[in-house]
Amino acid sequence: MGGGKYLSKNFCIKPAGDSALLVQLGNEISPELNAKVRALNLALQHSHFIEGIIETVPAYCSLLVCFDPLKVDPLQLEAELEKAIQSATEHIFSQPTVTVIPVCYGGDLGPDLEFVSDYCKLAPEEVITLHSAPNYLIYMLGFTPGFPYLGGMDPRIATPRLENPRTKIPAGSVGIAGEQTGIYTIESPGGWRIIGRTPIKIYDPFREPPVLFSSGNYLRFQPITLQEYEKIETQVKLGTYEVQTYQLEKGGPL
Amino acid sequence: MSTVFQVLSPGFLTTVQDKGRFGYRSIGMPVAGALDQYSYRVANLLVGNDQDAACLEITFLGPTLRALDSAVIALTGGAFQATLNEQPLPQWQAVEVKENDIITISEAKVGARGYLAVAGGFDVPMVMGSRSTYIRGKIGGFQGRPFQAGDELEVGLPLREPRHYIGKFIPSEYIPKYNASGIVTLRVIMGPQENCFSQKGLQDFLMSTYTVTSESDRMGCRLGGTSVEHLSKDHAQIISDGIPPGAVQIPGDGMPIIMLADAQTTGGYPKIATVCTVDLPLVSQCKPGDEVHFLEITRDEAISLLKEQEDKLYELQLILDSDISSTAKHFRVMVENRYYDVWVEEPERRNS
Repeated sequence: MGGGKYLSKNFCIKPAGDSALLVQLGNEISPELNAKVRALNLALQHSHFIEGIIETVPAYCSLLVCFDPLKVDPLQLEAELEKAIQSATEHIFSQPTVTVIPVCYGGDLGPDLEFVSDYCKLAPEEVITLHSAPNYLIYMLGFTPGFPYLGGMDPRIATPRLENPRTKIPAGSVGIAGEQTGIYTIESPGGWRIIGRTPIKIYDPFREPPVLFSSGNYLRFQPITLQEYEKIETQVKLGTYEVQTYQLEKGGPL
Repeated sequence: MSTVFQVLSPGFLTTVQDKGRFGYRSIGMPVAGALDQYSYRVANLLVGNDQDAACLEITFLGPTLRALDSAVIALTGGAFQATLNEQPLPQWQAVEVKENDIITISEAKVGARGYLAVAGGFDVPMVMGSRSTYIRGKIGGFQGRPFQAGDELEVGLPLREPRHYIGKFIPSEYIPKYNASGIVTLRVIMGPQENCFSQKGLQDFLMSTYTVTSESDRMGCRLGGTSVEHLSKDHAQIISDGIPPGAVQIPGDGMPIIMLADAQTTGGYPKIATVCTVDLPLVSQCKPGDEVHFLEITRDEAISLLKEQEDKLYELQLILDSDISSTAKHFRVMVENRYYDVWVEEPERRNS
C-alpha cells in the first residue's frame, strides 16, 4: 500500500459474522484516528453506499459495516472497502460545533458530587469548574441511543465506578466513570458516579435528528442553578427551549 | 384501520415487533425487531402480509386476546399451548377469528417465543422507520412498552384478500425443530476478536456445553459453563467497537453472552465469534436451563445456509399465495438452463 494520502496503512478488514465486516484503522483512542474513521464513513455515504451495505457503526478506531449477504458478496465488498480506504483522502470536515449542555450539579440531581469531591480531594466547586471547563470531543455515539463517548476530561476528577450499580438512573444524568464522563440519555441501570443532571433531551425519537449532536463535534457542560434547571425543564416541555450551539473556533473558551 | 383486539391478559412479555429498525445504529439505537426472524416472516406469509409487517412477539407465556372484529391470524414460533374459544388453536396455520372470539396463548411447551400475525399487520405508529418495540428506549410498538391488560390493538388494511389464506398451513418440512435433540447446536463464524483468547479458551469455547441462564432477555442470551480464558487480563477489554447481532461477547468472567436484537450497538468486551444469521432463531427459542454448544463453520457456509433459507421462504410464499394445496410436493426442474418450480398434488385432493 504505502503513500501518505491513504487513511491508514495498517488497516485490516475482519469478518464479524456473515453480515458484517469490521474495518479496523488502528488500535488507539486518538482524535486523529477517530477523524479517519469518520472520513471513511463519510466517503462511504457520499458514494451512496456500495450496493448491499445496510448501515455502518463508527467507533473510536473502527467502522462496523453491516451488509446484506444476499445482495453483495463479502469478498467483493472487502475489495470495495479497501478501495474506499485507499482513495479517501482525509476528508476536510466542516467546522466542528460545540453544543452547550446546561447541568445542575450536586444535590438530588447529582448525588455523587460529594463522593467525587472527597475522592479527588477537591472542593465540590472545583470539581464543577474542572468538569465544565473543556470542550469534550464526541468520539462516537453508542451503547444506548445518543450516549456520547467523550474525550478530554480532566484526570484530576477521575473517580472509579460504583461498586454496586444503581438499578435506575434518570435520563439526563451526567456521570463520571474512571477517566470518562458521559450523559445517560435514557433511564437505565448503571454504575457511573452521578454528579449532575441536564434538563434538556439529548435523545428524542420524535425529533429529527433524534440526537442533539453527532460524533466529531464537541459538547460543553454549563453549570446552572436549580431554579434555572426548573425553568429550562418547563421550556423543554413546552418546546420553547433552544439548545445553544456555536462553531468551535469562533465562540467560547477552549 | 380498525380496533380488532383487546388484551385481556398480557402474558409474560408481549410486544409488537417487525423486521427491525435500521439506519440508526450509528447513533446508538439498537435494531430491535423479532428475535426469531424466520417464524416471524412465516407468520406474515401465512396471512398474506408482506414479510415485514408488524406481529406480536410472545415470550414464555402468551396473552389472552378478545377479537372485536373478524380477522385472519396465524401463530408460529415455539410450540405453545393455545386455544381459540377453548378449542385447540392450530399453529403454523391461518385461522379465521370472529367478533368476541377469545384467543388464549398459554405456556410454551417447546421453544420460548411465539409470533402472532394478523392479516393487515398490527398497526402502531412507525418510529424511526420501524414498528418494533425497543423497551429500554420506550419507543415503537404499543406506546413503547409491553402489553398491559385493557390495551386495544388496531390492525392495518390487508394487502391481499385474507379469506384466501384461511386454512392454509405450513408443511412440516418448513417448520423448525427447536431443541429437538436436547442440546442446541449454534453455528458460528470465529472472530472478529478471537485473537484475544488463549488456545485453551478457544478450545473450551468450541468443545464445551453451555447452559442458558435466567438473566437472558431481548438484549442478550447469557450462558453459564466453562469459563472462556482470555489471552491475558488486558485482553478481556478492547477499545469499544460496533456489535453485530449474534456476536458472542466474552466479558471478564469468561461467560459468553450472545448479543441479540436489543443489544447495545457498541461495547468493550472482545467478541470471540458470531452466530450465523440462520441460527439466531434457535438462540431466541432457548429457555433458561437449555443447553447449547458452538460449532465453527466458514462464512461461505453460513451464507449458503442463508440463501437456502431465503429459497425456502420464497417457495412458501409461492405456495401460500397460489391455489396450490399445502400438501403438494415441490420440485425444482431445469429446462434449457432455466429453473421452474413445479408442484405435484395428489389427485384425490384436487376436487376441493
